[in-house]
Amino acid sequence: MANGSLANEVSYLEYEGKHKGIMGWLLSVDHKRIGLMYLMGIMIFFFVAMTLGVLMRLEMLTPGETIMKPSTYNSVFTLHGVIMVFLFIIPAIPAVFGNFMLPIQIGAKDVAFPRLNLFSWYLYMAGAILAIVSLFVGGGAADTGWTFYVPYSIRSAQNVTMTTMAAFVLGFSSIVTGLNFVVTIHRLRAPGMTWFRMPLFVWGLYATSWIQVLATPVIGITLALIMLERFMGIGVFDPALGGDPILYQHLFWIYSHPAVYIMILPAMGVVSEILPTFARKDIFGYKQIAISSLGIALIGYLVWGHHMFVSGMSDTSRIVFSLLTFLVAIPTGVKIFNWVATLYKGSIKFSAPLYYVLGFIFIFSIGGLTGLVLGALATDIHVTDTYFVVAHFHYVMFGGMGIMFFATMHYWFPKVFGKMYNEKLAVIACTVIIIGFNLLYFPFFIMGYMGMPRRYYDYLPQFQGWHILSTVGSWILVSGIVFMFGNLLYALLRGPKASMNPWGGTTLEWKVPSPPPLENFDEIPIVTGGPYVHDKSTYIMHPSKEGINANGAVKTVNQEAAL
Amino acid sequence: MSEQTQTAELTTGQAHASGHGDEHAAGHGHMVSYGTYFIVWLGLVALTAITVTIAGIHLGSLTLIAAMLIAAVKTTLVGYHFMHIKYDNVIIKVFILVCLVIFLTFWILTFSDLSFR
Repeated sequence: MANGSLANEVSYLEYEGKHKGIMGWLLSVDHKRIGLMYLMGIMIFFFVAMTLGVLMRLEMLTPGETIMKPSTYNSVFTLHGVIMVFLFIIPAIPAVFGNFMLPIQIGAKDVAFPRLNLFSWYLYMAGAILAIVSLFVGGGAADTGWTFYVPYSIRSAQNVTMTTMAAFVLGFSSIVTGLNFVVTIHRLRAPGMTWFRMPLFVWGLYATSWIQVLATPVIGITLALIMLERFMGIGVFDPALGGDPILYQHLFWIYSHPAVYIMILPAMGVVSEILPTFARKDIFGYKQIAISSLGIALIGYLVWGHHMFVSGMSDTSRIVFSLLTFLVAIPTGVKIFNWVATLYKGSIKFSAPLYYVLGFIFIFSIGGLTGLVLGALATDIHVTDTYFVVAHFHYVMFGGMGIMFFATMHYWFPKVFGKMYNEKLAVIACTVIIIGFNLLYFPFFIMGYMGMPRRYYDYLPQFQGWHILSTVGSWILVSGIVFMFGNLLYALLRGPKASMNPWGGTTLEWKVPSPPPLENFDEIPIVTGGPYVHDKSTYIMHPSKEGINANGAVKTVNQEAAL
Repeated sequence: MSEQTQTAELTTGQAHASGHGDEHAAGHGHMVSYGTYFIVWLGLVALTAITVTIAGIHLGSLTLIAAMLIAAVKTTLVGYHFMHIKYDNVIIKVFILVCLVIFLTFWILTFSDLSFR
């Protein structure tokens, strides 16, 4: 770490330490630079996976072969899923904005293990490269879908092994980042930053990190078992050798359902940041929102079986998992109602991040409620493996996490880059995205209900009208996304300089310059109140200048924390 | 868990002063005799022999339960003695316990499916 006073004279973007140029980034252990390196990688993969998605929609424009063969379609949807899930949705908010904002929001100079943080980025890139190489070597890209279900994944002649290896390595990156965040939140909070004074984004990251640490190893060992099945025929999953293919599904979903909450909890954390800022009032039900994050993480561990209702699982297990699934709606409902209540009687300032959040609440509510249709045993059997399921998870994943990723980029753009974007264009892009999104995915619900199966490259003529509507929706959505990124890119290059606190935010990141200096703070601040207090400052940014004895303050605050 | 809110510098300093020190004290403070290790090893060998023997007897669904119970005892012995969990401080034991509870939850939910199928 650089000399504090020297490092804090310039921003983290301008600071030149031991290494310069590109090496100043590739070898940097600064959490902000690492966050931006994640952003670069994640954006590239997002555009690749988005392109694959658009190609799939083009294929579905007409029945029969339109632009690709059935086997190509299988590989394209597998790759679309693997890249979107493992390379974009899971890491996007925690790895980019978690890395960037977590230390600043808790008043620390960096994460607890900065070198491990950089190592985690290299693991992420290694996993990503493996995923891409797997397209071009061996028997061709994996065609199993992102779930790698056995026994097909054991027998497929395509390059399944390397793709599972990629997911395995990416899992390591996720574990390491989660561990780093847990330790950072426990050990590096500024004096006075008690648990219930932490911003809710930090609570979201905290719940997420525990899932990353505790659930990811399960997918690691499961994918390793697939490799062993393929190479050595050990017979754990292969029914031909006495194995149990349903066991694979259990193990896969033990990770992959909590992974859904890895994806959504940080996004929900950002909602809780944006709403009080643009409603100009304290968040409604702070403690309930904070604890509901842990509640979602905890119950979310126990609901994986709802992905397996038609797999041949026992009836008793189906009932137990269905009941548990309904329970997870409770903490989610707590959040939604508290967010809406936060807007009540607020001095609302409509701005692009808030528009995205409102879009999120609308879309995510549809996604959540259709989840109940899938969580109920009788209705699930009717719509399993249809477009209804595809619509549901795109509403919660893309409509939830994806839309909130866009919101996050707009909310923290001035802080991260020190530039302002064109507000009017941002709002237009947001509107186009939300219209395009609903046009693309809402027909999936209808088609699914009518019986259109997922993962088919062909369909009956009666579905064509809905498919055309959906494909047109994909064009509108992509236009909105490209427009949005164009606006942000222009702002990055030519945008006016952003002030320290353009939105009137109350959390610590808005108390440091835009962009922040290398070590974030000249002095570690002292926290004297909650994170969303608008009428008075709850931070002492320069305790020594204000004549406050840091040791004394630490003592007092520790006593308070101990209570 | 007692929570301390501190500055980065304080934390690093304290980690050196206390946590690290404790670890060293624990590591060097409990010299375990070869005799203890040998007895534990004999116990592990005996349990392995029992596992093999039980595998040959037809016990129905009890076979799996017996094998898992013996494996659990062996794991505990290895962790407790060879991995020195016996001499670790309470927080490490709590973390291990939490992981075990989570693992057991996964295990019960998964294998109860098997028995009801």
